[in-house]
Amino acid sequence: MNDKTAITLTINGHDHAIEVEPRRTLVDAIREDCGQTGTHIGCEHGICGACTVIADGEPVRSCLMFAVQAAGKKIRTVEGLADGDKLHPMQQAFMDHHGLQCGFCTPGFLMLAVGALEREPDISDDDLIDVLSSNLCRCTGYQNIIKAVRAAAEVMRGK
Amino acid sequence: MTAHTKGTGLKWVGRAIRRLEDPALVTGRGHFTADLAAVHWVRFLRSPVAAGKIKSIVAPPDSLVITAADLRGVKKITPMLHKFNYRPVGQPILAETQVRFVGEPLAAVVAASEEQAEDIADLVEIAIDETAPLTDARAALAAGAPQIHDVAPGNLILEARHKTSGFDAVWQAAAKIVKLDTRSHRQNATPMEARAGHAAYDFATGRVTLTCTTQMPHLMRTAIADLIGMRESDLRVIAPDVGGGFGQKMSLCAEYVVLVWLARHLKSSVAWTEDRRENLIASFHSRDQTIALGGAFDKTAKLIALKADIVANIGAYSCFPTTAGMEPLMAMAELPGPYDVQHYECLARGVLTNTCTMAAYRGVSRPVITFSLERLMDKAAIAFAIDPVDIRRRNLIDKFPYKSAMGLEYDEASYKQTLEMAVKAIDVPAFRKRQKSAHVRGRHLGIGFATFSERTGYGSPAFAARGMEITPGWETVIVTVDPSGFVEARIGASPHGQGLRTTLAQIIADEIGVTPDLIKIVHGDTDASPYGWGTFASRSLVISGGASLVAARKVRAKLIKIASHLLEAAPDDIVLENGAARVAGTDRTVSIGKMARAAYMQPHLFKGEIEPGLTENGTYDPPGTFSNACHVAIVEVDVETGHVTLEKFLVAEDAGIIINPLIADGQVHGGVAQGIGNALLEEIIYDESGGILTANLADYMPPTAHEIPPIELHHMQTPSVNSITKAKGLGEGGAIGAPAAIVNAINDALTPFGVAIDEIPATPQRIRAALRAKGAA
Repeated sequence: MNDKTAITLTINGHDHAIEVEPRRTLVDAIREDCGQTGTHIGCEHGICGACTVIADGEPVRSCLMFAVQAAGKKIRTVEGLADGDKLHPMQQAFMDHHGLQCGFCTPGFLMLAVGALEREPDISDDDLIDVLSSNLCRCTGYQNIIKAVRAAAEVMRGK
Repeated sequence: MTAHTKGTGLKWVGRAIRRLEDPALVTGRGHFTADLAAVHWVRFLRSPVAAGKIKSIVAPPDSLVITAADLRGVKKITPMLHKFNYRPVGQPILAETQVRFVGEPLAAVVAASEEQAEDIADLVEIAIDETAPLTDARAALAAGAPQIHDVAPGNLILEARHKTSGFDAVWQAAAKIVKLDTRSHRQNATPMEARAGHAAYDFATGRVTLTCTTQMPHLMRTAIADLIGMRESDLRVIAPDVGGGFGQKMSLCAEYVVLVWLARHLKSSVAWTEDRRENLIASFHSRDQTIALGGAFDKTAKLIALKADIVANIGAYSCFPTTAGMEPLMAMAELPGPYDVQHYECLARGVLTNTCTMAAYRGVSRPVITFSLERLMDKAAIAFAIDPVDIRRRNLIDKFPYKSAMGLEYDEASYKQTLEMAVKAIDVPAFRKRQKSAHVRGRHLGIGFATFSERTGYGSPAFAARGMEITPGWETVIVTVDPSGFVEARIGASPHGQGLRTTLAQIIADEIGVTPDLIKIVHGDTDASPYGWGTFASRSLVISGGASLVAARKVRAKLIKIASHLLEAAPDDIVLENGAARVAGTDRTVSIGKMARAAYMQPHLFKGEIEPGLTENGTYDPPGTFSNACHVAIVEVDVETGHVTLEKFLVAEDAGIIINPLIADGQVHGGVAQGIGNALLEEIIYDESGGILTANLADYMPPTAHEIPPIELHHMQTPSVNSITKAKGLGEGGAIGAPAAIVNAINDALTPFGVAIDEIPATPQRIRAALRAKGAA
């Protein structure tokens, strides 16, 4: 169990050659082995979604996936959302609509919403609430997160 | 930020500008405690049983496992209250001979990684002689119950009584007495970031830097230095970005004391990140109270006397700094709420049990007492056969200042106006029509109201009145204009989501005529900010905002003096705007950068009339001010399943002058969402053996986007005379009114069945049990 395996994680287009124990979760590998601490850990049992990243185009809980399972997948985290200094429309919308307070759940919500909208740009309002209820936020009461995601969806569709 | 003040007289205060905090947080560049690397990692071994005597803790060979024996000389956490027969119960940093709740730290395993520490923890053998636990406050009060602490006979940590003179005569003369027993079950604040700490020793200075998820960095420094017996100047405490607190991160954690001790012992860096299970079982709990409440009404349904018996299950120890008195004493002091009632009798007790220690959680006691009092008003309305809105109209305070039966002075508020505002907005007659027609179709809709007052911005005298040894009421802000003309405000408050970096900048910007984005707020570092009390109790905008205003006014006065010298004009003719001083009615200006440069580099210009440099302090300690609101919930109850659907939630609130409407609305939304969770979903459940059945987020259920309906907000702004910014606090209000409004709505929906739900959370199980007991549905 303590023997390490060599893998390569591709995060935001960069390859990270790391050695991990088979039991190491993807989120621990992203944060500790690859130094990308924008992805947060809220519960480690797949409920809160703070650790949501996009793997091969799909939002996943990185606390429920082992790092070795993610080898070869294209992983996107919050650090890769902006295009240089230009924020992703979702990041901009969260700022414009006060969709964050403490900011701890925010990276997970951003990746969840971006992943969902990239897969289904014309998602219905009900389905959007369904998707957003995958993650927990304790500060905002979700009102402004929903507003922000709707606004970002408009911008993303206009692209 | 694109908008600028262009000498138009437009102020920053009152504007919904975007937060200055956000760019780092939306790009994943925030700094949270768990992001720090460390040489050593700690896993705490926690008691698996609720009560018992420790026989042995045996660590595997070659492991580093710290127990109470290693911490000899480190004092117990013993907060003090000098009133109400308070018993100073001490909490050992690691359990010594007794364990008193499931989750109590027994030992600290130290290893090179979190995984290794967990592996070793699994191998530590713990032997405890288990005894029968007391998890229920009533059982702990019963004669002959085992004693949890020697210093607290009968498991009573405090007992407070209040009775106004002539109470009995008024009570006996009542036209109607209405009584009820309410129960608020135990809850957990559940910040999305659980606790975390990182302590690092510095060889060069011998100092330790503790980075941790605290709401009170300065007091943590004082408390931990006191307990360990080290110089306070050898400890630096940093609260970096903190992922929500809601009161849970206000109290001192034994775990942080261990980390600082270890960093000194190992002369290295040591880190601990709490997992969610630890947070749910062993971080602080709250809201566990039973209240027996009676109201005496005259024949016009006017409340003339109020009687309360409050029992708070405060857990195994007393939280530092507020003590276990926080819930029962706040309940006693503030139970009369927004109603004009001058006769009051109250008994408030804090009871020790074998459960996790209770501490602050958003609203502290007010969600519970508001729930009790608002249930009482609805019951009284039924007894008098009048409308719930009407009974509130007849009883709400409308003359100010108002002195309560407990002697609290209420500043001007808008209890009646916000009620009327809410009633109008929700359109009660239209709802009643809809309710009737739904009922015919077998659907059960209900509407519920809650009106409440919320004491905010507690200054030192408010805490002193409770007998607290530590009275965390004031704040200091140091505003500096640096030689390049940028402004920095160092504050003792410690925001963690409340947006103070933006709102305090707005307050300062208006005084010195610059844009908020040029003002940097420095907080959360005891080496960089003045001593202060941190952020809790809806205090920061009132108190730190007040101190910011005091300091900024001094900077303004100095800038005007400097400008009058440099522009050779009378001080009265100088206006500060647009980053410069101008002689009114002319185009003669000097920039703030030039003024600052002169203040530092050329003080000789001012002929000794000003001190060199450009830094001013402001300190503020207000008397306290009362915010208020009316909350309205519309629910549908499925009587077959007990499921409650929240159809609509409306808030009409008044928190005085609003500094940033965007941020204020966000605070109310968040508070209401927690109130909805508290009302319907969230409960820490102990089994008979003292174990916790709700130790993950599938069993302890904070609401998701599914459970929160659109929240409609309406505002009034009654300026406070007790706050120099005229702002009142509003961080907690959302959580205070929501449980009462929702449970009143559930009861309204269940009127045809004659059942009463007087417990929170009102879970489907409780609703079904009540219906079954009545043989209905």
